[in-house]
Amino acid sequence: MEKLTYEFQGGTFSRPKNEAKLVGVVGSGNLEVLIEPADLQGRCVVEVLTAARGFGAIWQAVIADFFARYPLADARVSINDVGATPAVVSLRLDQAAEDFLGDAQ
Amino acid sequence: MSSYYEASARERLQNLLDPGSFQEFLPPSARAQSPHLLQLETPAAFDDGVIVGTATLGGAKVLAAAQEGGFMGGAVGEVHGAKIVGLLERALDERPAAVLLLVESGGVRLHEANAGLIAVSEIMRAVLALRSAGVPVFVLDGGQFGCFGGMGIVARLCDAVIISEEGRLGLSGPEVIETTCGVEEFDSRDRALVWRTVGGKHRYLLGEAKEIVADDIAAFRAAALALLDAKPDLSLDALAAEHEALGRRIERFGSAADATDIWRAMGLENPEKIPVLEADDFRAATAGRRL
Repeated sequence: MEKLTYEFQGGTFSRPKNEAKLVGVVGSGNLEVLIEPADLQGRCVVEVLTAARGFGAIWQAVIADFFARYPLADARVSINDVGATPAVVSLRLDQAAEDFLGDAQ
Repeated sequence: MSSYYEASARERLQNLLDPGSFQEFLPPSARAQSPHLLQLETPAAFDDGVIVGTATLGGAKVLAAAQEGGFMGGAVGEVHGAKIVGLLERALDERPAAVLLLVESGGVRLHEANAGLIAVSEIMRAVLALRSAGVPVFVLDGGQFGCFGGMGIVARLCDAVIISEEGRLGLSGPEVIETTCGVEEFDSRDRALVWRTVGGKHRYLLGEAKEIVADDIAAFRAAALALLDAKPDLSLDALAAEHEALGRRIERFGSAADATDIWRAMGLENPEKIPVLEADDFRAATAGRRL
């Protein structure tokens, strides 16, 4: 198991009053993503707990791409992963962001 | 039509209960996670694989729990079990119209061994306390992992089981039986055999499931709604009659080698065709014949 943390500055999607949203399931090849509003001085913090060690560089790339699509601010993204592929991770992140932001993106 | 089998535990709750009425206790953001799994270097789910909360069903207040089979096969760990026990004990205080258990579980989570076993025994005790206080507990069983082990016992302690053909109910699961008794005794990869033996139709015919529905969340909802007004008979006479019926059942069918033998002995026509019938046709074909 490995714990990875990424931080992003300069996000513009701030939703301090939105409800936390969870998507996905902690099962083989799958992951759960929880997005919550958090007072982080404008930052977006992504915390990953993954069963597979040694994939930090790939996580960094996938999450940086996600932040480019959804520049969240004052948000905590927490992930529990059981070896999901990068494509599945991207889809789950997008699904969670869409749920969290709601229609008023 | 929205498949119960394919849905996640959260989707089931959302579509089964009155729209927008569900309020979760200990939501994922509360991070009530298993401490054991993290010690074992295994990722743990934020809700420990079970969602508990309050809602309305047809306007009536209910409490509900839904196990997520996708996380460790819905197995009961310490926190997971405590959430269900807490919900049942809350029902004792709040007296809702019913408690719904959307069970999908292989039983005790082996990583947490004794803590999981104790949790299951606490669930059993809480179910019985609640029933004796007059609050009915209903089980909905139609998920991918079925309802086995400790949760299989829990299900049969409840007032009624609503099952789909896809649902399975038992004590030891097919793989456990094969591992302990050998493939000659039970071939867990023979899906037709598995469903004939532990599947929804057989459980319904044996009287262990009160209702059988199509694999549709709306059908589960309608069946749960219909049960809300039922008043269970908890008298000693009813219990004695149940025991007698179980005794007759083992006498009549104890030597049967296969579920089809039992169906034939029950007087069902074309027992070999039973597995291919849709829920409605199946109910019609077996009307008045089940135990």
